[in-house]
Amino acid sequence: MSLAFQASQALPRGTDYLRILPELVLSIFGMIIMVLDPVVDQRRNQKALGTLALIGSLAAIASTLWQARAPGLAFWNMVQVDTFSVFFHFLITTITAVVILTSYEYMEVQQIRVGEYYALILFGAVGMCLMSSAVELVLIFIALEISSISTYILAGFRRRAAISSEASIKYFLLGSFATAFFLYGVALMFGATGSTSIPTIEQHLRSGSIPVLAYVAIALMFVGLGFKVAAAPFHVWTPDVYEGAPAPIVGFMSTAPKAAVFAVLLRIMFQIHAPGRLGLIWVAAALSMTLGNIGALVQQNVKRLLAYSSIAHAGYLLVAFAALPQNGIPSAMFYTASYAAMNIGAFAVVSHFGGAGERYVTLEDYSGLGRRSPVLAAALTLFLLSLIGIPITAGFFAKFYVFSAALQANLVGLVIIGVINSAVAAYYYLRVIVVVYMHDPRDESVLPAVPLELGAALAITALTTIYLGLLPGRVLDYASRSAGDLLH
Amino acid sequence: MQPVATTFFFYFLAAVTVLSGVLVITRRNPVHSALALILALLGQAGLYLMLYAPFVAGVQIILYAGGIMVLFLFVIMLVSIEKSQKEEQFNNMWIVGLLAALALGALFIGVYVKGRDLFAGREVALPEQSNTQQIAILLYGNYMFAFEIASLLLLVAIIGAVVMAKKRI
Repeated sequence: MSLAFQASQALPRGTDYLRILPELVLSIFGMIIMVLDPVVDQRRNQKALGTLALIGSLAAIASTLWQARAPGLAFWNMVQVDTFSVFFHFLITTITAVVILTSYEYMEVQQIRVGEYYALILFGAVGMCLMSSAVELVLIFIALEISSISTYILAGFRRRAAISSEASIKYFLLGSFATAFFLYGVALMFGATGSTSIPTIEQHLRSGSIPVLAYVAIALMFVGLGFKVAAAPFHVWTPDVYEGAPAPIVGFMSTAPKAAVFAVLLRIMFQIHAPGRLGLIWVAAALSMTLGNIGALVQQNVKRLLAYSSIAHAGYLLVAFAALPQNGIPSAMFYTASYAAMNIGAFAVVSHFGGAGERYVTLEDYSGLGRRSPVLAAALTLFLLSLIGIPITAGFFAKFYVFSAALQANLVGLVIIGVINSAVAAYYYLRVIVVVYMHDPRDESVLPAVPLELGAALAITALTTIYLGLLPGRVLDYASRSAGDLLH
Repeated sequence: MQPVATTFFFYFLAAVTVLSGVLVITRRNPVHSALALILALLGQAGLYLMLYAPFVAGVQIILYAGGIMVLFLFVIMLVSIEKSQKEEQFNNMWIVGLLAALALGALFIGVYVKGRDLFAGREVALPEQSNTQQIAILLYGNYMFAFEIASLLLLVAIIGAVVMAKKRI
């Protein structure tokens, strides 16, 4: 290699910036919020910063759509814009916008007056977006850290509750440990193939015999990423963190970072034809489904119940990773989108109903919700039915595609475990619905009205849940095209 | 320049690293542990130098033996040493730790026996003089974007530290 500094090679071009446009937009808005934070009077004008963040995420959605027309590589093969990255960019930025909508009321009720909250959501979204478009393990690692560190901090924003700080610290310690595993895997992959670039690794692994080290590298990376998506056996942190963290943030971190990490997993497992994929995924998927559902059966706290349910859903999603690439990838992508809609919706209800200090989070508190607030109860019921996987909701097609993809790959055992688990899961979701509609309210006090922003968030998530449950075709087609781009 | 007595220096540095590593976990006084850790990190930096990686060695000394050790000493300053000296040093999880260490040791021996076949089958050139320059060119060339986006990571970490340290929000 010549040591001369080649100016022509070392300068990024305009298209390079176009391919990171959503990330740029999000970071710029995040920084504007940081700068305006001390200027804006938080007591009177609390919503201003949130609205700015909302505009930022909408601008990011727009720039994603604009970017979609010019796919290609950027920054010396570090970033790749294609239908796959656009799908996840759109999903993550939309999740960000909806979560910001659910946060308005929450911040006011909990009296959290800091603009950093919104800035951190946007910065976290930058990391998550980048994870889905990066094709370089080093860049993926940095993006993963940006997203993780933002969520560690966001988990601790309920400063009046000790349980929130506990959640933040636990998440931080275990999360750093998991990141170390991922980084170790990246290093070993470099040792095995001499590169950290995903296309180069793929070529190297395909050309010759697969070195033992590559198996170890894949396993270690899976440990790190499995932690982030709360897959068993790396799920132990989930209930405590979800219980302590602010409810809108739980909605955020159970969907957006998960979608991003699943995008990375799709790249690692399918794009580089990870050796030893089947065994790893089989064990993790079966364990996640079983442990998640069994754990959820005995929960009295709704946030913990949803935490265990998210472990179980990570398990269902992992089933798709064991299937054949051409239908495993689209079904996994469809699942992340549907899960995002129904889970954010469920947590939006939880965050509104929780009240100041999140007092009302046990199952008993929910008794008679159907009589006290029919709209809220109906929304919650829709999301829970979708989480069960009842037809005409998104959850049905999500599970259907994943299981049929697995059947086409002859994974009968895994599908049987999955179906049995879905039946078990129906019990605890239905238990919530029974409490909401059949039990007498313990507390007849009038619930605060649903504010406009939260109503909008509930409407978006509910409509998406039903839309994906009735007309899954368009999203699935797009996901199939993305799969083609990924495998190409 | 031809390297001299590499075997001797390798075993010397390795012995320094391992012995001071043992000292780190066996000393009762945390300050002694921290000082032993500096020694272990310096030994490691020496090993990097022997692999013709002066940049990594320098970073190791500046970051770990320098920055992170100062942080450690600050934390030690804040905890009461008398109290920590009386506390039990090993809990009953040592069996698990021993098993994990043995497994790792077996893995290393396996790698040693198998030798280079495990790694990508190419000899990495060891450019004696241009190592640091090459890192710089990669960092500001092909890896420019990763290098720049790391600043966002630092920004998020700083915000986090400030938010967490605030008395009330």
